[in-house]
Amino acid sequence: MELKLPPLAETGETLTGAEIAIRCLSEEGVEFVFGYPGGAVLFIYDALFKQKKVKHILVRHEQGALHAADGYARATGRPGVALVTSGPGVTNAVTGIATAYMDSIPMVVITGQVPTRAIGEDAFQECDTVGITRPCVKHNFLVKDVNELAVTIKKAFHIATTGRPGPVLVDIPKDVSQQTARFHYPDKVHLRSYSPVVKGHGGQIKKAMQLLLDAKRPMIYVGGGAVLGEASQEVTELVRLLDFPCTNTLMGLGSIPASDKRFVGMLGMHGTVEANMAMQNCDVLLAVGARFDDRVIGNPAHFAAGNPSRKIVHIDVDPSSISKRVRVDVPIVGHVKDVLTELIALIKAGKEKPDAAALAAWWAQIATWRAKDCLKYDRASPIIKPQFVIEKLWEVTKGDAYVTSDVGQHQMWAAQFYRFEKPRRWINSGGLGTMGVGLPYAMGVKLAFPEADVACVTGEASIQMCIQELSTCKQYHLPVKLVNLNNRYMGMVRQWQEFFHGNRYAESYMDALPDFVKLAEAYGHVGMKVEKPGDVEGALREAFALKDRLVFLDIITDQTENVFPMVPGGKGMSEMILAEDL
Amino acid sequence: MRHILSILVENEAGALSRVAGLFSARGYNIESLTVAPTEDATMSRMTIVTTGSEEIVEQITKQLNKLVDVVKVVDLSEGRHIERELMLVKVRAAGKDREEMKRTADIFRGRIIDVTDKSYTIELTGTTDKLDAFLEALDKGAILETVRTGVSGIGRGEWVLKA
Repeated sequence: MELKLPPLAETGETLTGAEIAIRCLSEEGVEFVFGYPGGAVLFIYDALFKQKKVKHILVRHEQGALHAADGYARATGRPGVALVTSGPGVTNAVTGIATAYMDSIPMVVITGQVPTRAIGEDAFQECDTVGITRPCVKHNFLVKDVNELAVTIKKAFHIATTGRPGPVLVDIPKDVSQQTARFHYPDKVHLRSYSPVVKGHGGQIKKAMQLLLDAKRPMIYVGGGAVLGEASQEVTELVRLLDFPCTNTLMGLGSIPASDKRFVGMLGMHGTVEANMAMQNCDVLLAVGARFDDRVIGNPAHFAAGNPSRKIVHIDVDPSSISKRVRVDVPIVGHVKDVLTELIALIKAGKEKPDAAALAAWWAQIATWRAKDCLKYDRASPIIKPQFVIEKLWEVTKGDAYVTSDVGQHQMWAAQFYRFEKPRRWINSGGLGTMGVGLPYAMGVKLAFPEADVACVTGEASIQMCIQELSTCKQYHLPVKLVNLNNRYMGMVRQWQEFFHGNRYAESYMDALPDFVKLAEAYGHVGMKVEKPGDVEGALREAFALKDRLVFLDIITDQTENVFPMVPGGKGMSEMILAEDL
Repeated sequence: MRHILSILVENEAGALSRVAGLFSARGYNIESLTVAPTEDATMSRMTIVTTGSEEIVEQITKQLNKLVDVVKVVDLSEGRHIERELMLVKVRAAGKDREEMKRTADIFRGRIIDVTDKSYTIELTGTTDKLDAFLEALDKGAILETVRTGVSGIGRGEWVLKA
């Protein structure tokens, strides 16, 4: 009988599948694995136990593991890694995977599976992991042969981190983690079916340059792709070189310093008047790593019909993002950083300059929109205004903290009022809009940057969705600061009910909130309650001075405050409701 | 507009689910889908007939290309191409209708591949239109059972779809 040799058996030591999995992570330079053990991953946990290189962070719920790994990835740019068991471990992880997928975050998720012989038999803690996760991963694998494990994990990291990034899942049946194979970790993998375009088309970049130089009312619109693609320096350089106005999406905040006078604020459903009006009225729009989604441009028909002569240049690494909701005139597929570098070089090499007179008139027009001061709020209010808390947070942290948030009004206020100077400082769930991400995001960030100030801006509804992770923070000494804007309502739901459902506040009020101060203390942390505007700054200073303690600031804010401006769903982006309209 | 997409995919478990899942998740139409391994056993070739505006079909093509298991996507309807579908029809063929049924099958270049004293099973190959026309030519009451493969397509001339 002929012996069939396994594919990569020539060299390397003999290891179990579990050991191979952990060795692969260590070869990839993975610092932290966020996870939760269970039956199907026991061999993998045993392998983790026997080594020191890869540190495991034990969360209290698998959703927390995924979010923490995701937060780590958002802050560092390196892939986040999570490890969960089969069945409920996987289903609990799905929200976290989908959250990362929607925002194109590089992650590798390792899941245990029941033994190969039991797959399909409705075994204990079995679920169709690759089936359940297929629509919310960039790719996934079920490894049935231990000899394929190392190369599969290599592929997973390669796919997760190249092109448009995203989560990749590797499902490992228990028997595969127990079997042995020669370990060899490949330096590179080649997949004939996967080769993302990286270099932008030279001719298209020239066309883009000409359009930009000929523009009378230009606008630069920058999304999360610029943050993920490490292109903020190039974005800033281009904006300054041309002296064009620039807006950021929720995901793009920090890709140009908020203090730059050319920055007109965030755009979209809760964008500034100046950003939204400039988007709607510009004659040449340069979109960088953005996707014209419904929360950004609102109704695409209104966007197009309101200004049919507008020319659009769109740079994105993912061709499917181009001309998806809005027809684009000059598509450029490639890495935003490289494309922008080429574009800047072309502009510098040429003699042409933008039309100074037209640009001055455009800036004068923008100034009239700015003069609306659309983010103004009642600073003299005797009740704490949430916007005021974010402004104080900015002051106290000198605008240099990592700020994570949950989802809702507090998220929008944090985005509007914490003026981000750097990319990767603003960590939130934009696409999926997942309540509960804030605290685990803060954990991932704090582990990556132990010396940095990390604030989680949250609300009393969101925080309760993953509050069990306060226990994880205690175990690993993660002194993050929770800024709980407590208005006793699911604020954004309440706001929509006020505007669009006749003030019928169906199920958006929480009647029995916990005492958050005592709750924080029960978990071994510091809790503080703040009820007066005059106490906000002092409490924040005290909290951040407690360098080695997690502080839960329960800040009692105005129940009726709304987020303005607001573009109602389905409306055009120039159809904003302002605070003064009501 | 009707489009015929030819897709080369890795012959991996789950590749079909990824493609079919993409269509259902994004609300695209599938009129027919056929798939089988190619001469290179590591790859399968799919033919998907879909309908949609130019914008939709452009998105479908881009989204398909994004799938890691997809090696190549071509819209055959953009160029000259040949399409064929295979149909097996079991028809009532008894008494005076038996001769007539044979004649109709002959007209459409169908082949009778199974016979009982009361029925014929006819094999018919052609474009979707031709198969539809054949069914229309038959007396509705005579059709006992039909099965169709869906469209397979290939480009005309020397151009080939390769990985």
